[in-house]
Amino acid sequence: MNRVAQGQMHLWIAQRVTAMVLALAVTVHLVTIILAVRGGLTAAEILGRLRGDALWLGFYAVFALCAGLHGAIGLRNIAGETLGWRGRGFDLAWLGIGLATAGFGIRAAWGLYAA
Amino acid sequence: MVEAAGTLEVSIWRGGAEGAMQRYQVPARGNQTVLDIVTHIQRELDPSLAYRFACRVGMCGSCAMMVNGRARWTCRTHASRVIGADGRLGLRPLANLPVIRDLATDMAPFFDKWARARGRFQPKDAPDGAVPQEFHVVPPASKQRREADAGIECIGCGVCHASCDVVAWNPDYLGPAALNRAWTLVNDVRDGARQERMEAVAGDAGCHSCHSTQSCTERCPKQLDPSAAIAGLKRSLFWDTLLGRRA
Ligand code: SF4
Ligand code: SF4
Ligand code: FES
Repeated sequence: MNRVAQGQMHLWIAQRVTAMVLALAVTVHLVTIILAVRGGLTAAEILGRLRGDALWLGFYAVFALCAGLHGAIGLRNIAGETLGWRGRGFDLAWLGIGLATAGFGIRAAWGLYAA
Repeated sequence: MVEAAGTLEVSIWRGGAEGAMQRYQVPARGNQTVLDIVTHIQRELDPSLAYRFACRVGMCGSCAMMVNGRARWTCRTHASRVIGADGRLGLRPLANLPVIRDLATDMAPFFDKWARARGRFQPKDAPDGAVPQEFHVVPPASKQRREADAGIECIGCGVCHASCDVVAWNPDYLGPAALNRAWTLVNDVRDGARQERMEAVAGDAGCHSCHSTQSCTERCPKQLDPSAAIAGLKRSLFWDTLLGRRA
């Protein structure tokens, strides 16, 4: 397959797969929020749950990665269709933006884990 | 809809890419199609009007135009069904294609997309075009046969292509008709070019740009479902890639 079309298809596949992961992650996230606020939300309570817990760290890292990529690929498509921003340069920029967004999320999760 | 004197107010695009709407008064008749109206204008009022038709019975796909802003096959569209409450009828050339003159568009980019999507049957056993040794048995009830059947009656009218926003946003996008054609061939067990075809329909100019908004399906005069065909292409490419089947 021509490399460009293949790359575009891979972006599409990445967006669908991240969507599936996000559907699950958002559900877990919402349920956790609802359960957590019932006991009154405090910094101590949040830290108590997340500090040192590798499972939560992994969960939020995957969540942030999927959210960053999913959002950036979506914005890429909108920008391509409405502003005509197409091509390799733009694609790399969007990938960078997606990974950077994910990076912020992962850093926050790490902060809570290592706090 | 029919004015007191029994005449219709019809405005028609005159010119190429640049041009203007021109008004005509056409006698209203029972059971008149939009194509009848255009033909009346060309024969009785203005012989310089350019438009295209052939079969007049919904088979050839050459008479499509924008009728009050919506792409339709004009030979099978009764005027009474489409004339608005204001009694007016506006006709423009089919959208998303270059205008040659008046109501005639250049269909070449549309059919070039069929070629790009590998819309040509490629016999499996006889790549050189010779008659194959064995005939394939294709059970009518098989899943693939039914998928192919669902899209095979396309008349190439371009109504779906004119109704698709993604074509308007990205002129390279292969569009619903070419992708629908590709999907019928992907499901043709006698065809030997699946690999090349799947490659040709992948990416931003192919099935992956479709938003599944179904304007094509809604507007297709043959009641085909190009949107579902495109979903089929996406699904096949998705699993081909994830399972490492060459695609
Ligand atoms: S479903 Fe896809 S091909 Fe059909 S009109 Fe919408 S975007 Fe175009
Ligand atoms: S799919 Fe339907 S609307 Fe599109 S070209 Fe074929 S017959 Fe016309
Ligand atoms: S003239 Fe042939 S389909 Fe309308």
